[in-house]
Amino acid sequence: MTSNQRRLAWQAIWTLQLVAALAAVVVLNGRAAGSSAPGGSDAVRRYGFRLEQVNTAAGIDFVHAPPTFDRQLEHIMPQIASTGASVTVVDFDRDGWQDFYVTTSRQEGRNRLYRNQGDGTFRDVAGEVGLADLNRAGSGASMGSVWGDFDNDGYEDVLVYKYGRPELFRNDHGKTFQAVTERANLPRWVNANAATWLDFDRDGQLDLFIAGYFDERIDLWHLQTTRIMPESFEYANNGGRKYLLRNRGDGTFEDVTERMGIGSRRWTLAVLAADLRRTGYPDLFLANDYGVPELFANDGGKRFVEVGRTTGLGATPKSGMNASAGDIFNDGRLAIYKTNISEPNVLVQGNDLWIPSAGGSPGKATGDDRIPEYENLASSLGVDLGGWSWGAQFGDLNNDGNQDLYLVNGYVSAGERSSYWYDFSEIAVGHSSIIGDAKNWPAMRGRSFSGYQRKRVWLNDGLGRFTEVAQVVGATDTYDGRAIALADFGHRGVLDAVVANQGGPLLLYRNSVTPGRHWIQFALEGSRSNRSAIGARVEVQWDGRRQLQEVVAASGFAAQNQRPLHFGLGASTAIDRVLIHWPSGREQMIEHPSVDTLHRITEPNAG
Amino acid sequence: MPADTGVVAPDRALPQRRFLSVDNRFLPPLLITCILITAHLSFGILESYQRTALAIATAMAAELLMGRLTYGAWPNPASAYITGISVGILVRSPFFWPYVLCSLISITSKYVLRLRDRHLWNPSNFGLSAVLFLAPDTVSHLSIQWGNVVAPMAVIWLLGFVIVWRVGRLHISATYVAAFLALSFVRSAVTGTPWLATVAPITGPMYQLFIFFMVTDPKTTVRDRRWQCIVVLCVALVEAALRLNEVIYAPFYALFLVGPCALIIERLVLRSK
Repeated sequence: MTSNQRRLAWQAIWTLQLVAALAAVVVLNGRAAGSSAPGGSDAVRRYGFRLEQVNTAAGIDFVHAPPTFDRQLEHIMPQIASTGASVTVVDFDRDGWQDFYVTTSRQEGRNRLYRNQGDGTFRDVAGEVGLADLNRAGSGASMGSVWGDFDNDGYEDVLVYKYGRPELFRNDHGKTFQAVTERANLPRWVNANAATWLDFDRDGQLDLFIAGYFDERIDLWHLQTTRIMPESFEYANNGGRKYLLRNRGDGTFEDVTERMGIGSRRWTLAVLAADLRRTGYPDLFLANDYGVPELFANDGGKRFVEVGRTTGLGATPKSGMNASAGDIFNDGRLAIYKTNISEPNVLVQGNDLWIPSAGGSPGKATGDDRIPEYENLASSLGVDLGGWSWGAQFGDLNNDGNQDLYLVNGYVSAGERSSYWYDFSEIAVGHSSIIGDAKNWPAMRGRSFSGYQRKRVWLNDGLGRFTEVAQVVGATDTYDGRAIALADFGHRGVLDAVVANQGGPLLLYRNSVTPGRHWIQFALEGSRSNRSAIGARVEVQWDGRRQLQEVVAASGFAAQNQRPLHFGLGASTAIDRVLIHWPSGREQMIEHPSVDTLHRITEPNAG
Repeated sequence: MPADTGVVAPDRALPQRRFLSVDNRFLPPLLITCILITAHLSFGILESYQRTALAIATAMAAELLMGRLTYGAWPNPASAYITGISVGILVRSPFFWPYVLCSLISITSKYVLRLRDRHLWNPSNFGLSAVLFLAPDTVSHLSIQWGNVVAPMAVIWLLGFVIVWRVGRLHISATYVAAFLALSFVRSAVTGTPWLATVAPITGPMYQLFIFFMVTDPKTTVRDRRWQCIVVLCVALVEAALRLNEVIYAPFYALFLVGPCALIIERLVLRSK
């Protein structure tokens, strides 16, 4: 064979290689994008549950209304006013039924507190108890709420965070709510999309963390300048400051943010306070828009140290919008789910599922030997592509003993045949002097921006694979989802879902699980620990399996799940033991608790 | 998108051009490595080290293997290195496979899509355009800004222009930049979008790579200097037309369309002469 013939022969082989590689791209792309489970009449039997939209039957007619800001922002108003639909679950009157609170954001719009009447219906009592009228002119627009018993009187109090003045209400025995903002010494104005309760120093008093989004010096209704936008699409550091407010135990709070080492000015959209390093102290995970997430490691309640980059989860800047935690492998490790943006043909950030190094702790030695290394396994497990993703929650939707994942999405649904994405793609790469000024942003002109998206419900098979089943099981709405919360509203041993949509109706999905699947729930009440038991960890061991859950306040985006922890057990009818790690440091073990039961457990005083 | 195979400009040996003693062949790889390291250490620009390493390793392995098997000699891996590093920077995907396949497609295109002794497409432009077009759900391109300060951006622009000047391609980059700026005025006038928004993309790192490495690739540009300017002007014009039709990956697609056409026309003209 001459060298020329050899060259021609190899070129023929390379041609085949090129064709094969191009074909592989198409196949792999299709496989990743079209991972929905097959439908069909046996889908419910196959996946073990179905969701049914019942908001109308349940007496829920709430529709969120977005705020309207300064006219200088008129051209991009749907973006600036793209948050505010929130939902938090609470049993505010201690009647044993889970209620929920939702916010609207238009000036003079009224928030609602839906009281569970125990018969499958809900009644709005916000006006009666004093939690409705929170969008008055000059006070800002409600963005969300978070519940915690900060005065340890047994009734859950609530912070409503806003683009404006945060408002704290003390729950007076489930009858009325008393505004205590002034006395509590809260900041005067925070443009916040996230807040949570935590007991960072384990003194038994719930402290408060509020995360700013826009700079707190900006009044969005009366702009002094249009230079209010992020200085970069992925490296912005000009957002709102954070507030760590220590509960003095006398109804007032002390700003300890700087002293505790939290100096972030990133654009935070979600916060999770959980004991991610198993030190007994809650750490703070911040999902930030326009940048990297941050993990503030709690150093024994004395200070926080930002270890995001060290742990690996703070390396890649994306558009963080959610923070929730779940033990997806049933091995006692809490994975963190952070949502981002994925838009075909434009921007594929992919959501993040951060798994700590095996064993949970310790990890990489960095002075603190409990700093874990995190690995993003979202792609490997198939939970990465969720559109313009917002809130997501872990929960065992089919009671098979594994934590599933329910995600809502969609940014701005407007003109169905027009998209703002091209214009956004131009401004997003601009230098800070361009992107940072709202007047440079192209007008939206009624165009959609990742609108009308299908939701995602990923079923965890417990073997390292999630299957997307949303359309099959009934989660079929295409509103602009923001917040989702999971709760057992009917004492049926299943997790229902309530979804808050931006500029859209609140949806209640009633869950029906195939009979024969068992469960157990724990409602904890602290004594030495904070009474809400926020920070308590419960590990259920059964049938050679174990699952860890932690009581947290805020979870997801602008949401809070029910306080009692719900564990699906599959076909098992017996539990070996339950370990409870109280925030005070006390450990408790319960042997063979009965299944299919909600156990109310008060922290023991002795031992 | 990088300057492929032997980015060697004739060394005219002028003393003023010897302010650096580094061989011209190594300048583009050095520049792109500097960009990569600076950008990642400063701002974390990479999707991940592993993905970029995978792209570089795939490109270099493919080049070495295919060059050796096809021509019986080991090729200089410098251009494959640039291809791999460009893929590693420009491809954004939560998956690993796009980095492997994009690099493989890029290098393979050099050996398959040829006209006589020259390949028609800039390899990384071909690979990137292919995966962007064929994998819209899982792949996007670098679409961010370097940090928030002017200094690093200015340094890279300056360094980039110095290097393209040293390798005799400054006129191409300069023509493209001038055309882009002028056409952004036109697009702004047509669409009503603020001019600063239409000009914003060129301030980002993606365009720095495009301008310094892709449009200047000596193996895939025509030989006459005047025609080089005309061709890159055509690239800018096609890109503007695509942008007016809201095609997000416009620069890559424009070069993908114009580059090979220019080479084919050049070949036909030369033959007729």
